[in-house]
Amino acid sequence: MTNLLEVTGLTKRFGGLVAVKDMHLTIQGGEILGLIGPNGSGKSTVMKLIMGIERPNAGSVKIDGEEVAGLPSHQIARKGVGIVFQHSRPLHRQTVLENIKLALLPDSLLQLFAAAHVEERAHEIARRVRLDHVVNRLPGTLPFADLRRLELARAIARNPKVVLVDEPFAGLTAPEVADFSNLIASFREEGHAVLLVDHNVKGVANLSDRILAMYLGEFITQGSAEDVMRNETVRRVYLGGAIGHAARPEAPEVRDELLRVENVSVFYGKAQALDDVSLHVGKGEFVSVVGLNGAGKTTLFNAISALVPSTGVVAFDGADLDGKTAGQIARGGIVQCPESRELFGEMSVRENLDLGGHHLPTEEAHQRLEWLLDLFPILKTRAGQDARTLSGGEQQMLTIARALMMKPRLLILDEPTLGLAPVILEQLSKALETLRQTTDITVLLGEQNVTFALPHADRVYVLEHGRFVWEGPPDRFATEAGAQFL
Amino acid sequence: MLKSKTFPSLVGILLLLALLPFGVSGYILGLLTLGYYTAVFAMSWDLLFGFAGEVNFGPSFLIGVGAYTAGLLNHYYTWPIWACVISGGAMSIIAGLLLAVPALRLKGPYFGLVTLVAVLMLQNFIVLFAGITGGEIGLDLPDVLAVDDGSNYWIALAFMGVSGLILFGLSRSAVGLILQASGQDAVQAGALGFNVTKHKLAAFCISALFSGLSGAMLIFYEGTVSVGTVVDIAVGVQVIIAAVLGGRRTILGAALGAVFLIGMGEMLRPLGEASTFVVSAIALVTIMFVPGGFLGALLHGEKR
Repeated sequence: MTNLLEVTGLTKRFGGLVAVKDMHLTIQGGEILGLIGPNGSGKSTVMKLIMGIERPNAGSVKIDGEEVAGLPSHQIARKGVGIVFQHSRPLHRQTVLENIKLALLPDSLLQLFAAAHVEERAHEIARRVRLDHVVNRLPGTLPFADLRRLELARAIARNPKVVLVDEPFAGLTAPEVADFSNLIASFREEGHAVLLVDHNVKGVANLSDRILAMYLGEFITQGSAEDVMRNETVRRVYLGGAIGHAARPEAPEVRDELLRVENVSVFYGKAQALDDVSLHVGKGEFVSVVGLNGAGKTTLFNAISALVPSTGVVAFDGADLDGKTAGQIARGGIVQCPESRELFGEMSVRENLDLGGHHLPTEEAHQRLEWLLDLFPILKTRAGQDARTLSGGEQQMLTIARALMMKPRLLILDEPTLGLAPVILEQLSKALETLRQTTDITVLLGEQNVTFALPHADRVYVLEHGRFVWEGPPDRFATEAGAQFL
Repeated sequence: MLKSKTFPSLVGILLLLALLPFGVSGYILGLLTLGYYTAVFAMSWDLLFGFAGEVNFGPSFLIGVGAYTAGLLNHYYTWPIWACVISGGAMSIIAGLLLAVPALRLKGPYFGLVTLVAVLMLQNFIVLFAGITGGEIGLDLPDVLAVDDGSNYWIALAFMGVSGLILFGLSRSAVGLILQASGQDAVQAGALGFNVTKHKLAAFCISALFSGLSGAMLIFYEGTVSVGTVVDIAVGVQVIIAAVLGGRRTILGAALGAVFLIGMGEMLRPLGEASTFVVSAIALVTIMFVPGGFLGALLHGEKR
């Protein structure tokens, strides 16, 4: 069999960050390869590099033997690559059929009317992805799964040799997953090469002929699902070597309640991101919410901070937050460090911190700054530097420090470890532990990195597909919930 | 959705409008004539903004280049009107390309800023070379399209009709579909195999062509070319308001908005300075509460 897709030495740098490093992979016709890696490992970048949405700094991408690395994406598309994006953005004023026809049009300025065969072919594709009963409807009226079908339909319209699928089953129900699996399997029957990108082995194991794992931009291993799951590095990346925990000796048995979340649900359009979730955090408690990417962690935090509309009750320090704006909630003492950090890149480290302490009296702000620079000594040496020039780990510390300048009563940390190297994780971990041992701060931490989330936690929640599936002390996690995380 | 019945009904409306000179005064005909040329400006602008997704803050750059090219050729070389108008349209495309090729590489608001600066540069250029261009006062033209109101009206109506049918047809064609995809999600359009830059450039050229032609026609209706009528920022702002007011992404709405705006401006003229304020307030309220514009509200009940 020939290799329809052959990637060698692929490298991509964003500024100082190496997102993909010397990556290699091959897919034959009639084969499905699952590409897995935790959030921030560079798997989406690999997909974008193949499609030409990002230009590689080095390396080769061959489609059926033809070099395409560095070409713009419309040319790569014409060489035979199709992509199914995770989020579909169809034309909303056009019907489903017209949206499919769009994908069949030639890239010409002169052809004003679609060729006769296009209509027929569009109906054929609609039948194939089972959209034939809704071809005349507008995309806005379709359920979520049908929008994904439309996305699939557009990607296969040109009969590409290589099909890239980003998180094929995200947001789908079990019967829909089975349906989509069959569709993707049918590409294999027809001799297409298929690349599935997902977070963990579980997501793609049933469908993939082979699985390739990557972490921090680098190839780790490939083989059957069993081989990959047995691999030492993979186990360490997903589970950590040994899951440690360190309960505070003086932890009180009963705490006053600070945050109470009751029966909260969130919908994004038609996709349900959070399903009837309840949680409570006591004063001075350190609670971790662990869950894979897409489980709903960020949504939960955004619902608490009123950044997304939700149903249910969120109460802070006994007061219902219903009707309060995000700004009022933040001033009330709930400070969130978002996954994306949201630093002021063009401002210096010191200016970022000063902004955080803007509302404090000068004297107090000064003391707090001193204390924080002791907690994160690296920030002292970087004080005059622009925030955007910091490394990922330093930026994360600055984000946390800036949040602490605001004197939060509840600090929410959303995936602070995203994309950070292990050595940085250790520093961050130490800082958090100091914080926990020396102050009475209340922290709600969201993580997919279990090794990082557990040692500091007084209590752990496990979030899966928008629902809590486990709750308990960290020392019981490994035996009761650990297996879910591969 | 607009269906295939649209074309016959459009032709019907145009025929009805063509009967107007038998019933209404020359004053109203003059007003509508001005409205029809503005309508072509607004429709050209909507092709670029509503479909290609690029905000051109300087439609009067393209209009002005076309108008002044035609005006200068007529004033100094007494070229016939048809040759001046065609040259004006061609020059608009050339100037538009010189502007768009580098500007389309920019992302975010920079494309819009470049188009805005281009208008100011053109205006300064005209004032700077006042000896040739007539400066602030403008140039008188030896030729005019026609002397009687009825003929002028019919010429403008025919020009708007033909331009409108071409622009509208284009927006509903396969090319228009690709253009819309490029404007809404360039990454996805690229992944579907479409050269986004090529399609946007083409849209810019078409927009430039009709803006330039209409600018050139307008000056031969008025018999004079001046900064205040075809280049000034205020002219461009009026075009943009007309297009948004009438309903973006509809092409036809832009024409509706233009005629409405010109008509309102005239009706409120007795208010003096306050008339501009009232028209602006109507525009503001429409944009804020009916963002789909007149036609958008009519066709889709769209709320966005």
